[in-house]
Amino acid sequence: MTDFTSLGVKAIRDGVRAGDFTAREVAESFNAAVAEAAALNAFIVTTPDHALAAADATDAKRAAGADLGAMAGVPIGMKDLFATRGVQTSAASHILEGFKPEYESTVSQNLWNAGAGMLGKLNLDQFAMGSSNETSYFGNVTSPWKKAGSNAAMSPGGSSGGSSAAVAARIAPAATGTDTGGSIRQPAAFTGICGIKPTYGRCSRWGVVAFASSLDQAGPMARSVEDCAIMLGAMAGFDPKDATSLQMEVPDWEAALSSDLTGKRVGIPREYRMEGTDSGVIAAWEQGMEWLKDAGAQIVDISLPHTKYALPAYYIVAPAEASSNLARYDGVRYGLRDLPDGSGLQDMYAATRAAGFGDEVKRRILMGTYVLSAGFYDAYYTQAQKVRALVARDYENAWAHCDLILAPTTPTASFPLGSMTEDPLTMYLNDVFAVPASLAGLPAMSVPATLNEGGLPLGLQLVGQPFDEQTVLNAGLAIQERAGFDHAPEKWW
Amino acid sequence: MGDEELERMVPELNGILAWVEQLGEVDVTGVEPMSAVIPNTLRLRDDVVDADPLTGGGKRDDVLANAPAAEHGFFGVPKVIE
Repeated sequence: MTDFTSLGVKAIRDGVRAGDFTAREVAESFNAAVAEAAALNAFIVTTPDHALAAADATDAKRAAGADLGAMAGVPIGMKDLFATRGVQTSAASHILEGFKPEYESTVSQNLWNAGAGMLGKLNLDQFAMGSSNETSYFGNVTSPWKKAGSNAAMSPGGSSGGSSAAVAARIAPAATGTDTGGSIRQPAAFTGICGIKPTYGRCSRWGVVAFASSLDQAGPMARSVEDCAIMLGAMAGFDPKDATSLQMEVPDWEAALSSDLTGKRVGIPREYRMEGTDSGVIAAWEQGMEWLKDAGAQIVDISLPHTKYALPAYYIVAPAEASSNLARYDGVRYGLRDLPDGSGLQDMYAATRAAGFGDEVKRRILMGTYVLSAGFYDAYYTQAQKVRALVARDYENAWAHCDLILAPTTPTASFPLGSMTEDPLTMYLNDVFAVPASLAGLPAMSVPATLNEGGLPLGLQLVGQPFDEQTVLNAGLAIQERAGFDHAPEKWW
Repeated sequence: MGDEELERMVPELNGILAWVEQLGEVDVTGVEPMSAVIPNTLRLRDDVVDADPLTGGGKRDDVLANAPAAEHGFFGVPKVIE
């Protein structure tokens, strides 16, 4: 059997369209790779039959001479935060273990309509709360990468850690992710792949397990900028079932891709030169500036003065919204019910939540209910929403001077699993460069730049103006062409 | 939460609260709290029954399919009134 697992989205789709190989061969190849990679713990549930059925449908359509979709013949991994009809959708929690939705999320349905198939449901941080994929009820995901000279299990990042591990390990050509405060970009950076969070509202949130509704956005994770452009095009689109869905045309991002940045001004935010950032990250950032200059862009110094306050504001806003969203898990309508003998309704709620939520989820619910409580609402929540408005205003002011922003994705490369669990705050700080764009709802992408001195991938982040995913993707392509990042983790699983 | 769990979590929560206190330094005079991250108008759906059949009515069995204790077409809960 030919091995197709080195192929990405575009190569598979174009090969299937041209008749070079069948979608079924591709699906079988990836199903086998998934089955071999249990040591990564990237999948919570595998669905080889779903991948095969979608592949057969694509092959039949091609045989009948019908038009094939943008993702035709591409088997993907689906983050287990998207509701998939008849397939367990757990958000990596105990409280939703066994939950099989009676409906399909809009994003996943869009992907199936475009011809994609599903390899399985990918592991993540529980309810997408975490930056290392260590809060899943179904166990940690292990990165396929190892630090040079060490056998320690490394973090694939989070919360989309199953997605990043699977794509980096070549057991899936692409995967869905969701980004609330960096959950697509940070894991992409940690594993040497690409990931883009579009403008808030581009992808429907309908059928996505809610974490912080004013921040949650879905996006693709893949090994090239072209693959991200193709898959984002398939995922995005207006959805009347999501009140915050953008009612605007989805551009043909793939067709308009161009790495010529002549006339573009790239802003370098001076506040991002922070203490605690690795020297390798700074060096990659400076290299990134040279690459974009080489592509025709002009580099300009900009200021985002409220950067320092974005992370603490996020850690009020996101838990506040989470505490409201997670109130639905009550042991009555779906999911876990823990009913101690002889207990009443209130005891059932408490016992169900005590047993069903992990520590990080409890921490955020407690923080969220506290900052929303009557006596503290203005001091914490209202203040944070005002600071959030200032963070967004910083960007609006910056757009007078630049067309997009270049920054590191993370302050460090990946770290060993278990090395950051002492204090939740140190983990939160890993998202310091990713959170500001989330608070402002802006499109933002991570592309791999280089390996650091320990042989671990480093990512560069591009942040664009609202609705301007194209410039972000184009700059990503310019970096991709110049970085020539073709490193893959050595197979140990 | 049990006592042991609380003992572990209280210092963590206090640490996070102490850290977010720095937001108090920011001058927010005249700033409106953000209510929508991307300007968008709220739509109204057509005022017809089952405008979207998926989210309209007639889905009792689907709605109950994942209930831990569905009985007689309802969600079953423990006794509420003593």
